[in-house]
Amino acid sequence: MARIELENLAHSYFVNPQHPWQWALKPMNMSWKQGGAYALLGPSGCGKTTLLNVISGLVTPSHGKILFDGRDVSHIPTEARNIAQVFQFPVVYDTMTVAENLAFPLQNRGVAKDVMASRVRQVAHMLGLEPLLGRRARGLTADLKQKVSLGRGLVRSDVGAILFDEPLTVIDPHLKWQLRAQIRRVHAETDVTMIYVTHDQTEALTFADHVVVMYQGEVVQVGTPQELFDKPAHTFVGYFIGSPGMNVLPAELDGNQARVGSHVLSLSTRFDGAAPGGTYEIGIRPEHLKVARNGPGLPAAVRRVDDIGRIKIVHCEMDGMAISAVTGEDDEVPSDGVVLVPESTRIHLYRNSHRVE
Amino acid sequence: MQKPIDNRAWFLVAPVFCLVAFNAMLPLMTVVNYSVQDTFGNNQFFWNGVQWYAELLNPGSEFGGRFYAALGRSFAFSGVILAIEVPLGLMVALSMPKRGAKLAICLILMALPLLLPWNVVGIIWQLYARDNIGLFGWTVNAVGIPFNYTNSAIASWVVVVLMDVWHWTSLIALLCYAGLRSIPDAYYQAAKIDGASRWLVFLRIEFPKLQRVLTIGILLRFMDSFMIYTEPFVVTGGGPGNYTTFLSIDLVKIALGQFDLGKAGAMSIVYTLITLSLCWIFYTAITTRDNQEIAQ
Repeated sequence: MARIELENLAHSYFVNPQHPWQWALKPMNMSWKQGGAYALLGPSGCGKTTLLNVISGLVTPSHGKILFDGRDVSHIPTEARNIAQVFQFPVVYDTMTVAENLAFPLQNRGVAKDVMASRVRQVAHMLGLEPLLGRRARGLTADLKQKVSLGRGLVRSDVGAILFDEPLTVIDPHLKWQLRAQIRRVHAETDVTMIYVTHDQTEALTFADHVVVMYQGEVVQVGTPQELFDKPAHTFVGYFIGSPGMNVLPAELDGNQARVGSHVLSLSTRFDGAAPGGTYEIGIRPEHLKVARNGPGLPAAVRRVDDIGRIKIVHCEMDGMAISAVTGEDDEVPSDGVVLVPESTRIHLYRNSHRVE
Repeated sequence: MQKPIDNRAWFLVAPVFCLVAFNAMLPLMTVVNYSVQDTFGNNQFFWNGVQWYAELLNPGSEFGGRFYAALGRSFAFSGVILAIEVPLGLMVALSMPKRGAKLAICLILMALPLLLPWNVVGIIWQLYARDNIGLFGWTVNAVGIPFNYTNSAIASWVVVVLMDVWHWTSLIALLCYAGLRSIPDAYYQAAKIDGASRWLVFLRIEFPKLQRVLTIGILLRFMDSFMIYTEPFVVTGGGPGNYTTFLSIDLVKIALGQFDLGKAGAMSIVYTLITLSLCWIFYTAITTRDNQEIAQ
């Protein structure tokens, strides 16, 4: 069982990194609770797999420490850490049977035969692999192979955390849901910490209790799915979470007013500390913009309306900036210009892309 | 959809048919032709039926005994070089550097023997292994082991086997190396997490993944060594005595040395059939194994 903590952890492939881009992982402090279900979410190349490999020990971090239950494991090899990992492409030992695959990690650790057999049965039962125990692993389908590799992690009683590196990439779409639900169920049954790397927000939000959003080697927000939606801490989070993403508009701030293009919005809070040198933006989720004929708000021209069933997405343009808004499926969208009225409490302020409270 | 049927379409196969006929079928048929005839010279041939074949396949006859002996030597040679080259090539591949300048140097050095013409390889070893002026032969003698491939059966076999190992182990090594490089890193990482030893990584990951390339490597090396002619011809000429007279060398002796065209024809056909059927068995064994796996 493990509580995982990262202390000033950073990783760079350069000896002496000077520029932000030279960090594969920018310095971070984080704590992963024992038994939590976490998702590491971010676009390709944001460092989420590097972070995962640092935790599993396949990559040794260049800076900082990683602690398991308070014990510094930064320089302890993978096999000595109590973690298991499920990879993007299913890794099974082709020539061995499913049962032998599941027993393999125990065998290598010299576990007694009877203990091994009962653990294998238990895990096979949990994953629904019982009928396949005698089969060669080579001929299995991708989703079954992923289950076998998950099982190799679960079978070890010392495993405190299982790391998933985009485990559903090669799984058929109709099986993805099933497998993800099964991973959730296993999590509920076992009290193992699970960290799930993905670039798919649906996967992250449905799997995890806590989502860690990464962007350019930096952890930009850690929160529940609701928090990510309600209070995106970084413009990237606003843009990446939600469909369509948050509207991020350059703005000038003055007291409780924000000037966007040639228009002025009033804010619910006063904002005074406009320190020089920063760039300021406001973020408004499309869900929090009301499409009206007139009123106090942002006048915009309608460019396109996508009817996607229960809602309509209205793509507008204002002073050369694209803004989208969401309306109900029965709401009428005037084609000759609309006013987008934001909920003033739902306007987020960003300084250099980071949220200002 | 309705498919039009027009037998004139067969004419489209004509170019390939002609090509195959001229470069394979016709030459083969002349051999078949000789194998069923006999001559007393003067270009006068007469029908001999399957007599040559009967004699060839009868171990009691002089011709048959000679054939079986050469066949045995050929199999022994292929067996010995496979038993050395496959494990050795595998070991070389496993210990090759993964990247960088070292890898480039390795690849170049290993490719060099593969690029040499067969008779050049023969001449190199003919000289290299001589007991008087060859570095290898001279050294072995200097150490106190009598070594002369012109009068010792063992020495002659050592030279032809060493020569083949030197010439072709690179092929197995390169094939295996390519196979090893195609194994995704995740397998090694998973094995690490599972706590597998280096030996188990080889046994459970690398070896199974290499089976396909190894099969191809073995097939190639078997065919090539079973038909080897030039190098032993240059080095030993089949001697001392008949100790390194492999099938191909014996065939040439009969066809060109003794000018026994009928016997040579029959031997050629049987030789070809042996090669073909071994290939076929090998190939079927692989494909049925693959199919069984898919069916599973």
